[in-house]
Amino acid sequence: MAQYFLIFISAIFVNNIVLAKFLGICPFLGVSKKTSTAIGMTGAVTFVMTIATIVTWLLQKYVLVKYDLVFLQTVTFILVIASLVQMVEIILKKVSPSLYAALGIFLPLITTNCAVLGVALLSAGNADFGLLQSTMFAIANAIGFGLAIIIFSGLREHLEFADVPEGMKGAPVALIVAGILALAFMGFAGLA
Amino acid sequence: MSNTNKLSILTKGFLKENAVFVMLLGMCPALGTTTSAVNGMGMGLATMFVLVMSNIVVSLIKNLIPDKVRIPSYIVIIATFVTIVDLSMHAYIPSLYKALGLFIPLIVVNCVVLGRAEAFASKNNVLDSILDGLGMGLGFTLALVILGGVREILGSGSIFGIDLHIFPGDGMLVFVLAPGAFIALGYIIAITNKINKKFQKA
Amino acid sequence: MATKMKSTILSMSLVLLVIASLSSGLLAYVYSLTKDAIDLANKQKKIEALTQVMPEFYNSPIDEAYKIASDGDSLNCYLGKDANGEVIGIAIETYTDKAFSGKFTVMVGLQPDGVIYNTIMLEHQETPGLGDKAEKNKSDWSNQYNGKNPSTNNIAVTKDGGEIDGITAATISSRAYSDAVQRAYNAYMNEVKPNLGL
Repeated sequence: MAQYFLIFISAIFVNNIVLAKFLGICPFLGVSKKTSTAIGMTGAVTFVMTIATIVTWLLQKYVLVKYDLVFLQTVTFILVIASLVQMVEIILKKVSPSLYAALGIFLPLITTNCAVLGVALLSAGNADFGLLQSTMFAIANAIGFGLAIIIFSGLREHLEFADVPEGMKGAPVALIVAGILALAFMGFAGLA
Repeated sequence: MSNTNKLSILTKGFLKENAVFVMLLGMCPALGTTTSAVNGMGMGLATMFVLVMSNIVVSLIKNLIPDKVRIPSYIVIIATFVTIVDLSMHAYIPSLYKALGLFIPLIVVNCVVLGRAEAFASKNNVLDSILDGLGMGLGFTLALVILGGVREILGSGSIFGIDLHIFPGDGMLVFVLAPGAFIALGYIIAITNKINKKFQKA
Repeated sequence: MATKMKSTILSMSLVLLVIASLSSGLLAYVYSLTKDAIDLANKQKKIEALTQVMPEFYNSPIDEAYKIASDGDSLNCYLGKDANGEVIGIAIETYTDKAFSGKFTVMVGLQPDGVIYNTIMLEHQETPGLGDKAEKNKSDWSNQYNGKNPSTNNIAVTKDGGEIDGITAATISSRAYSDAVQRAYNAYMNEVKPNLGL
């Protein structure tokens, strides 16, 4: 039990996937202008990341390693993720057109969200992780991603009203705020 | 097409359409691998190889690929070249392979690579696609070396591993750590914006 | 200019199939080309570590490696022998899970009497500029362990009452390093030394 707790604390706070491991920066900067879209993105990422990690873990163990095909890892993993995203897109279009409209072009971008592939590769590469640990790891990282992007979107909503020097408007000031947020998250270091 | 045009395909990636500083693409490796100038350069060159090769292949077979399966096809092509880089680096430059770690397989999901395949190589001929890949790749490498250099100078007081003796102690560690990456990139983007604006006015 | 291929089920599946098989074929070829070099690169790292943590040996410790039990886990143990086949050094690939970020592995070289000959950090994710000073090429901090005998010297960090000065601002990493070394020493005393007949 303690082990799973540690996976969660470590992935969400100490080694936050966005702020410490630099994965998933594109959506972190791209869809964080409004909290509502950030929440939607988090939902989509959580879903894809968890399923992708389960599927790729099984593939890694029962196909790639078994038949000595580990060199095909990157190709297989990205194909699994790309098909999953396509599936989520089709389902979302049917179930919630409003959310689909809000996430717009960012849903296909989950394919190129390195957080998803990154977590899949990390769990497959960790010899200590069984299927359950990998699943937990994926969920924990998705929560970590969500926490970072939602906090950040809250900050950016306030930033809209701040008097920022002309040259720093947009991406530069957003990155500096992200840096300060990362600094705050460093305070969790050593927890796990 | 005239020669000036060819030149502009090559050079637009350096500053005007720089992948990292202007288009804000490929931020993950830009932040994650630039703890030093050398690592930034290694990552940049690896990405450039994948970029050029996938641009060549995509532009060669663009007419053979049905529209609906275009993205998956591009992804497989890109992933193939990434794996080639991954294997060769592991075999022949193990130290750099270790330093870049997870970010090598993650070149697959670098938006710059897929972005160029989709936006440029799928619509242009092979020569132009090579130039585009080279230009974008060099611009990306340049960006990573600059960011890595700034972080290395401020964070460890050295450049390309050569100690500059500018700090009495170890330098401002925060720049080697995660927060410094964001902050340094933020300021560099602000400066690039300024330079680009000046060029536009002139 | 050639016309673009139409998107029919047949053409789509055919194209994907062809691309996928070409890709796997190419990769299998590259893999076969690089496989030996990768194995060598991995082995080379280990050989380098072993030559640093043991006196000059004349055998091939990697081929004679075996696993020893340690706290419900197992560690790799390598024996360095001189020209007469006498054991002159023992290298144990040990780890700690008390590190600052995750786990790190250390190669610990011991003399047959248990005195530490040399230690070297193998894999780690410690903070650059702080915890990574435990690496040999970053600082000579880890040389403090050399020549100490964990049965008479307390190899904990000074903050815990031991003899090792911790790395500035990286006490957790230093503490973890001591933990890893101690684990190797314990495993050696319990599992290896009794069987060596020394």
